[in-house]
Amino acid sequence: MRLYGIELASRLLLGSARYPSPAMLADAVRASGTGVVTVSLRRESGGQRSGQGFWSLIRDLGVRVLPNTAGCHSVKEAVTTARMARDIFQTPWIKLEVIGDADTLQPDVFGLVEAATQLCADGFEVFPYTTEDLVVADRLLQAGCRVLMPWGAPIGSGRGLNNTFGLRTLRAHYPEVPLIIDAGIGRPSHAVDAMELGFDGVLLNTAVALAGDPVAMAAAFARAIEAGRAGFEAGPMAPRDFAEPSTPIVGKAWLA
Amino acid sequence: MHLLVNGTAHDVRATTLSQALEALGYRQAIVATALNGSFVPADRRHATVLADGDALEILAPMQGG
Repeated sequence: MRLYGIELASRLLLGSARYPSPAMLADAVRASGTGVVTVSLRRESGGQRSGQGFWSLIRDLGVRVLPNTAGCHSVKEAVTTARMARDIFQTPWIKLEVIGDADTLQPDVFGLVEAATQLCADGFEVFPYTTEDLVVADRLLQAGCRVLMPWGAPIGSGRGLNNTFGLRTLRAHYPEVPLIIDAGIGRPSHAVDAMELGFDGVLLNTAVALAGDPVAMAAAFARAIEAGRAGFEAGPMAPRDFAEPSTPIVGKAWLA
Repeated sequence: MHLLVNGTAHDVRATTLSQALEALGYRQAIVATALNGSFVPADRRHATVLADGDALEILAPMQGG
């Protein structure tokens, strides 16, 4: 998978939040085989300096980081957060989130396009967290985005792909644009669904972090994504409404 | 100098943003800064003069999805 000119061996992008421990996070990242881990920026609290330890752990993993603007509800917040992230992480990559609804964490697609326009003009390589809306996708591409990240379902919901038809349409409409399913994946089978639709990759966090065994689940997702991609490339058969015998009828004995 | 640092009031002996970070114990820390809602890049902190009542945000790498 190639994103903004960077070749990645794994089609899985993994979040770094909500793990039972930093050691579990590190083990899950290794087990997943991912080359990209998402991170965020938050207030450094008092004398604890927990952010410094976290950053040291991530750097030791040798992965590329994808900073996010999670929790931002306005264009100004998101753009300022992106610039602060670039200052710290020294990468032009930004996972752009402009949240429009508190209950579903659905993106504010109007603010998203505006923020993406500003950030692309400022040299960022934007990974917009968006919906499957074709018109919004077109505006984001016009703004300069070269990757799109439509949601599968609301963040953290684990519901899988809520709108398979819309996602399939998006894939068909933009066959050359890298498309990553971001959010809503709960099980490895959901990741297989996304990959079999022809999506280029999957970004997930909670499904691994809150699994009974996050390290084993990270490995399971790695295999699921490989299997789904291999299935897509192999060309799945078209579904039928009625049965069709797989064993030939010709030559069957008359035994009735 | 009265500053609001990450939402908490502080009295800091500093004239510039870089001095304030040092006074607050962030000299070696990897952080990003914003003053009154506007981003201040690391290389401009020494030239950024503070005023009484300024709101300073100091952000660090954190877990994220």
